[in-house]
Amino acid sequence: MKRIIEYLRSLMLLELLKGMSLTMRHMFRYPITINYPEEKTPKSVRFRGLHALRRYPNGEERCIACKLCEAVCPALAITIESTQREDGSRRTTRYDIDLFKCIFCGFCEESCPVDSIVETGFLEYHFESPQEAIMTKEKLLAVGDRFESEIAENRKRDAAYR
Amino acid sequence: MLDMLETVFSWIQSQYLIWTLIKILVIVVPLITAVAFYTYFERKVIGAMQIRLGPNRVGPFGIIQPFADVFKLLLKEIILPTNSNRFLFLLAPVISMAPAFAAWAVIPFNDFLVLADVDAGLIYVLALTSLSVYGVIIAGWASNSKYSFLGAMRAAAQTVSYEISMGLALVGVLILAGTMNLRDIVLAQQGGIFDWYWLPLLPLFVIYMISGVAETNRAPFDQAEGESEIVAGFHVEYSGSSFAVFFLAEYANMILISALTAILFLGGWLSPFEGLPVLGDTFLAEGSIVWFLAKTVVFMFMFLWYRATFPRYRYDQIMRLGWKVLIPITLVWVMLASLMTVLGIVVKGS
Repeated sequence: MKRIIEYLRSLMLLELLKGMSLTMRHMFRYPITINYPEEKTPKSVRFRGLHALRRYPNGEERCIACKLCEAVCPALAITIESTQREDGSRRTTRYDIDLFKCIFCGFCEESCPVDSIVETGFLEYHFESPQEAIMTKEKLLAVGDRFESEIAENRKRDAAYR
Repeated sequence: MLDMLETVFSWIQSQYLIWTLIKILVIVVPLITAVAFYTYFERKVIGAMQIRLGPNRVGPFGIIQPFADVFKLLLKEIILPTNSNRFLFLLAPVISMAPAFAAWAVIPFNDFLVLADVDAGLIYVLALTSLSVYGVIIAGWASNSKYSFLGAMRAAAQTVSYEISMGLALVGVLILAGTMNLRDIVLAQQGGIFDWYWLPLLPLFVIYMISGVAETNRAPFDQAEGESEIVAGFHVEYSGSSFAVFFLAEYANMILISALTAILFLGGWLSPFEGLPVLGDTFLAEGSIVWFLAKTVVFMFMFLWYRATFPRYRYDQIMRLGWKVLIPITLVWVMLASLMTVLGIVVKGS
């Protein structure tokens, strides 16, 4: 008897109607899609995007070629060569980050004693040849100059939690 | 000027071949346009049901999207697999498309708008819809690929099985209407929404819809395609315009099944408010092509709704459902339908 009732109930297609009512209800919900280039999701201040080398407000580059980032880099993506400048301070002559090797872990940023190497919130970049994936010192400084205000703002907002 | 137009018009009407060609074009061109926008509509509806937006980049609200797709497909290269049977490989899309369009010849859009008022219209439609399975089988076999062949075999078994329940569901309609002429079947349902055949033949109506989905190889019966298991089934090896033709055939078939459901069970072009004294002689109470199209669109929407809701059936479940559930029910209800006619419960053309 129970089986017959079960069978007859299955013929009513109740489960199917239930599922269909669910999809129908969803149809009138507001779509959660974000139209990417026009709309963007909020980013954390700690977002680890493209790297940059920062400068002091007087234009002097921060990096002192301590090579801590090179040492800490788990992917061995950073190559640094340094020399003594005429004023006696130690500076880099070469600061390369291979973006193909980089895993964007942020250790370089953590290890830097002078807040020179940072990862910006910038993520919409591309390369048109494999050589471009090497971020040279000039390119890194240029990125830093471009996003300095944003980087400073993000660091200020994050400072309370560090 | 008007006189000249009239003479030209009557001359065209006297030329049987030209006049028929024009009539065919009047049916086929809107049909192809409908197919194009049906694909857009499908993506929009399923998107909405999944709380997405669907296509919205090409033109306002993505309305030009189907044309972009068509041009993409037409400009692409047709790849002929080396080990395929070339003749059959290229013939298969044609075989699957031709019946989907040919069946429209007997569909009555209106009391008088029908290309061929054939007396055996229902049989003709049934025969043509079964023909489309050859397109699938030949495509699967000619591609010489294991996925296509698996898809083709599944599709063949499934289509043949569901043809039976579909045919039996139509027998119910035949018994009540007493005719095979689609126009007469609609006219036999006159008298408002409760005189249509969906009510006395409710189980057959539901089964016809289910078999219709299975016949067109649509979700949840899209075993033939099964993109997650056999990549894309019978049309894996097809690309470019030959794939577009399969696509066209599938959607034309869906629209055809929707139109047939509207004609056979929901009174075709008849108005649901027929005979309501409140409405009197207004447009709402009169049968017109608008009603027919509205009913068809409802069923076209149902196809998309099923696809957004149900997961794909397993192969043995499809077979079980077809043979052990649908066919017995149709058999019983066909007998009940004949009883209803004999006892005079359902009166023809009341």
